[in-house]
Amino acid sequence: MNRTRSIIKILGKIEGLPVATVLVVLIIAFMITAPDVFLKWRIYMSFLQTVAPPLILGLGLTFVITAGEIDLSFPATVAFAGYVFTWSFKNFGESMDPSLAAAGGLVLALLAGGVVGYINGVIVAKLNVPSIMVTLAAQFFWYGVTVLLAGGLQAALTTIENNHIHSLFVGRIYGVIPDPARGRIGIPVQALWALALTVFLWFILNRHKFGEAVMFIGDNPNVARVMGINVEATRIQLFTLMGVISAFAGVILTLEMRVFYPTQGQGMLLPVMAAVFIGGTSIAGGVGIIVGTFFGSYIIGSLEAGVVATGISGFWVQLVQGLVMGGSIILNTLLIEGRLNVLGQRFRQWGMPVGTGYTPEGQIPPQSGD
Amino acid sequence: MVNIEKYFGLVCALKNINLQVGRNEIVGLIGDNGAGKSTMVKILTGVHQPSRGELYVAGRKVDLKRYNVKTAHEYGIETVYQDKSLGEKQVLWRNFFIGRQITRRFGFIDVKKEKEIANEIMLNTIGFRGKGITVDSKVNKLSGGERQGVAIGRAMHFEAELIVLDEPTVALSLKEVRKVLNFVHKIKEAGKACIYISHNLQDVYEISDRFVVLDRGEIVASIEKKDTSLQDLDDFLLTYAHGLKDKRES
Repeated sequence: MNRTRSIIKILGKIEGLPVATVLVVLIIAFMITAPDVFLKWRIYMSFLQTVAPPLILGLGLTFVITAGEIDLSFPATVAFAGYVFTWSFKNFGESMDPSLAAAGGLVLALLAGGVVGYINGVIVAKLNVPSIMVTLAAQFFWYGVTVLLAGGLQAALTTIENNHIHSLFVGRIYGVIPDPARGRIGIPVQALWALALTVFLWFILNRHKFGEAVMFIGDNPNVARVMGINVEATRIQLFTLMGVISAFAGVILTLEMRVFYPTQGQGMLLPVMAAVFIGGTSIAGGVGIIVGTFFGSYIIGSLEAGVVATGISGFWVQLVQGLVMGGSIILNTLLIEGRLNVLGQRFRQWGMPVGTGYTPEGQIPPQSGD
Repeated sequence: MVNIEKYFGLVCALKNINLQVGRNEIVGLIGDNGAGKSTMVKILTGVHQPSRGELYVAGRKVDLKRYNVKTAHEYGIETVYQDKSLGEKQVLWRNFFIGRQITRRFGFIDVKKEKEIANEIMLNTIGFRGKGITVDSKVNKLSGGERQGVAIGRAMHFEAELIVLDEPTVALSLKEVRKVLNFVHKIKEAGKACIYISHNLQDVYEISDRFVVLDRGEIVASIEKKDTSLQDLDDFLLTYAHGLKDKRES
């Protein structure tokens, strides 16, 4: 009993382990139920490509939620940044080298995202308006701006494919994965960018002054203030960071699709939030788990394809998604708070006939209504 | 503090506050709810700015426009609050250094060094031994008295000349209160000064050298310990409270 307890304790300390386990179990389940799809490389390369933008968004959102705030405006930022990038590329491209034009577009898009985030941050920090309301309004506003500017139309980036920026951010690395049947399968570069960003932001959250300030603010802003943290400035920086990260995700998405459409990013709000929560980051603030968000994003990203590939009806997708999300979040909460043993004891208690007066050792007898 | 005044909008929270704390003196600050104790402490420690007045630390005048929590720390003024000194979900070593981390290049935290020093404070300054509390423990696993111990130990580590304790024993059991009082004795032994704010007269009386009574934003009395007894002090405060009450009724 004691040994299992200490093992659970040690395992609970490894960041993101529960959610990584869920992902592995899920993939093994899919391998058994849909071997045709899940024993080939191709599906995983597809995940690496599709999960990159929501994963990048999730990393930023992990910071925001850790600080006890929320950002509902990132889907609009994704669209707005995509528009800024496309517009710059098309306009600059007429007079300069296309790769330079794309690079300029990237910089402008990141700036645009930063401005969106900065405005959110100033309203939240200086005017003390709750972030859920500010960013909800911002979501409508910037989505509206994007639709207006784009005239509601999508725009194809036909010449982007041979661009250096395209190969740098969403190119493919060939020759690593052998596939004799089809010849060429490449690793999507954006997955490596997302991975690098995961590592970088882990260090920022866990080893940098900024990350520590974010955690303390999420824990209790009053404590942070009396201990000399500039709460307002940190909140503004936080939302600006989220804006820049969202813009980066937006550019990656536009580059990969080779087309900008005004509604891009619109379906991402709930899946990205789900990935962050699956990863173990608490809505209460103060605790942020970057590694958890990483695996959580892959869980969300592989569920739909996985369920469809197993051959059961597509109508099951959402149901299974809900089950997996609920399960991981419960598992996380129990592990993090070290309540797994308590739960075990509770089950045993329930198993006993009523009125025997049995209580597990060390437990206070249950009160009525407990 | 000289002629410190503080207004929140039109409400006058502090009026004409003059307070001097000597080296290695422990001042007990007493006053009813809403007397302005916390506001005064927040001005002293740089959380709020006063509307008017001057502040001197070790004889030097402080530029109040640029006075904040960080500069207060530089002047050697540290605060321990009733319940908001520590981040509850954070590990202890982070709590020791929050706001003034030991950093390497680009603002990255030197975790190893912070943990070493935190461990040192826990063993030598605070005297935590065993009981499964390490620098990696989270604050919410600690008892109330232990938390105040951590906050006081932190203040002492950063060489505070003046430690302000704002109601440190509210919501603690008697045994835990005893622990906190022992920590305050250590402050005295270490040659530091202290302002101790509490509702509990008995505690204040035990540890203080001098008592300052605050009422409705004004200092109404300053009594040396040698000139009074616990009973006298108690009577004095009661008559004061009643006196005001009578005035209001008439």
